[in-house]
Amino acid sequence: MSDAKNRFQAMVGHRLFWPVAVLVVMLAANTLYRPGFLTIEVKDGHLYGTPIDILRLSAPLILVALGMTLVISTGGIDLSVGSVCAISGAIACLYISKAPDQNALGMVLTALAMAIGAALVLGAWNGILVSVIGIQPIIATLILMVAGRGLAQLITEGQIITINSGPYRAIGLGHFLTLPLAIFIALAAALLVAAFTRRTALGMIIESVGGNREASRLAGIRSGRVVFLVYVVSAVCAAIAGFMMTANVSSADGNSAGLWVELDAILAVVIGGTSLAGGRFFLSGTILGALIIQTLTTTVYAMNISPQTALLFKAVVVIVVCLVQAPAFRARFSRRRPGAAPPEASPQRQKEQVPA
Amino acid sequence: MRNMRMPRRAIGVVAAVLLAGSVAACGNSDTGGEGGDGKIVLGFSQVGAESGWRTANTNSIKEAAGEAGIELKFDDAQQKQENQIKAIRNYIQQKVDVIAFSPVVESGWDTVLKEAKDAGIPVILTDRAVDSADKSLYKTFLGSDFVKEGRLSGEWLIENKKDATGDVNIVELQGTTGSAPANDRKKGFAEAIAADPKLKVIASQSGDFTRAGGKQVMEQFLKAHPKIDVLFAHNDDMGLGALEAITAAGKVPGQDITIITIDAVKDGMQALADGKFNFIAECSPLLGPQLMDLAKKVHAGEEVPARIETEETTFTQEQAKEALPNRKY
Repeated sequence: MSDAKNRFQAMVGHRLFWPVAVLVVMLAANTLYRPGFLTIEVKDGHLYGTPIDILRLSAPLILVALGMTLVISTGGIDLSVGSVCAISGAIACLYISKAPDQNALGMVLTALAMAIGAALVLGAWNGILVSVIGIQPIIATLILMVAGRGLAQLITEGQIITINSGPYRAIGLGHFLTLPLAIFIALAAALLVAAFTRRTALGMIIESVGGNREASRLAGIRSGRVVFLVYVVSAVCAAIAGFMMTANVSSADGNSAGLWVELDAILAVVIGGTSLAGGRFFLSGTILGALIIQTLTTTVYAMNISPQTALLFKAVVVIVVCLVQAPAFRARFSRRRPGAAPPEASPQRQKEQVPA
Repeated sequence: MRNMRMPRRAIGVVAAVLLAGSVAACGNSDTGGEGGDGKIVLGFSQVGAESGWRTANTNSIKEAAGEAGIELKFDDAQQKQENQIKAIRNYIQQKVDVIAFSPVVESGWDTVLKEAKDAGIPVILTDRAVDSADKSLYKTFLGSDFVKEGRLSGEWLIENKKDATGDVNIVELQGTTGSAPANDRKKGFAEAIAADPKLKVIASQSGDFTRAGGKQVMEQFLKAHPKIDVLFAHNDDMGLGALEAITAAGKVPGQDITIITIDAVKDGMQALADGKFNFIAECSPLLGPQLMDLAKKVHAGEEVPARIETEETTFTQEQAKEALPNRKY
């Protein structure tokens, strides 16, 4: 008995318990509203249903949020990711639209390479502003957030570039093992980032720089290089997300592609349990955060909540998620109930779960 | 030491960026001389170049000015009201004959419009309105009637579905929540279809006027509602995004689901000609010729109506096939 109780407490105490609980509650509410919500059927040889939509549509957000997690972990922030999405998508689509054969695989790969190259430059620009010149990250990346939108529109000449390219379309809409390809791309990126940060010392170095940059430097870590690196990684993640967004609709819209995605990404990171002050970061939490945000958006459409109330509805859910995540809030809540188990979060764990 | 100097260097960089921006902005305003050869001089301040629609709008004005023999002074405000006010003040100083502009925002124009009025220069608003209480500050407004666009769409649907038996389920993709085109198109459509009780809007959501938005919303509509007969999208782009969602759901757009949109941009017209859309109500950016006409009239001191609608039409699939080769935007 007590073993089961301990296990339950350990589960509730796990930092991913509350985000998972919120996600489950949202899915349950949707299923109550429309029993067919979770139904998955096979159509044209691949899976089709709302859960699949949620996975596919959250893929770009997961990518952007992965990069954002690393940046936030160093105590920085990257507001320019939305603009980088728009620029990379615009470059790739422009190149493809000028090609004689839009379905040529080699040409599409060249387009992707060019766009990634541009993203590397943009990421390096952010990295230099923050790590070499020493501008505050929020200001440094704000420059590219504003200027980048203009740049994307210059590339598209203010028009929406429509393309008709099978290989490019596959990035957003293709299927692999009956599931959308975008999910696998996001998953691969997550595994790659996890491997580099958790299987090597890089993750700890990033956290250490976020904890105290000067102390890390004195301890022998080249803090400046680490900070530079995370902005470049963030830009590349955003560029791949930009491919997915534009491939999803086979067109590049410099004005609206990736608009406000930086805010969703920051929210996903915070829901995932990474502190905006920097320090420890949680990739699995971030992915969960991105899924929660996409599920929330889909819920609005699935339940047909009117657009005017939708914004308020989303805000309320986000506040609830953040509160329920905060150990301080839960502690206060459970103390009011006599007989409830006292919050057993150790100081160490409290430090890990820093949101709100 | 090093740390002390960083902020100062940072300020230097920010200042340089800002300076470069303002120099670029100055370089844009056209400060050419006056038309001394008896030509009418029209000063026009455009919102910016944020969409294909807007670019077509600009080109139409430039071309029409050339054809009408009017000297055009053109300024791009890059979405900023202060640039626009600066441009209008420039036009007043240069003593142009007529000033026209598409206001970036609705409010805050009284002072500069008063200056124009005191200088005796008539002002024409295009495409977007201002909320000045004093209507004498400008001569006329030339632009689209969004309510009418919605109403024309609804009227076509009533005619198209007059033989249908049973309920006709309509889903609606709204524009950006709270924007004038979204509000007015929704209103006009609702008013028109109220005439036929079997036409029912079963779901209505905002797709933010974008393809990605339209697609994402339509995907959920299709899953939540097994029987959708009609899609009404507030612009072509949302309709184009929805096409992909409809195809992925195993339905044929234009046949299983009747699709009505507004705008008639080139990609939308192509979809209509291909039989994927069923009807488009035009929202035309090509108001150049009408604007030049008006400029001549107000310059000659003729009375003009306070509100003039852009000449707009509607397209069916056959009409789209004919019109497509000559489509400019």
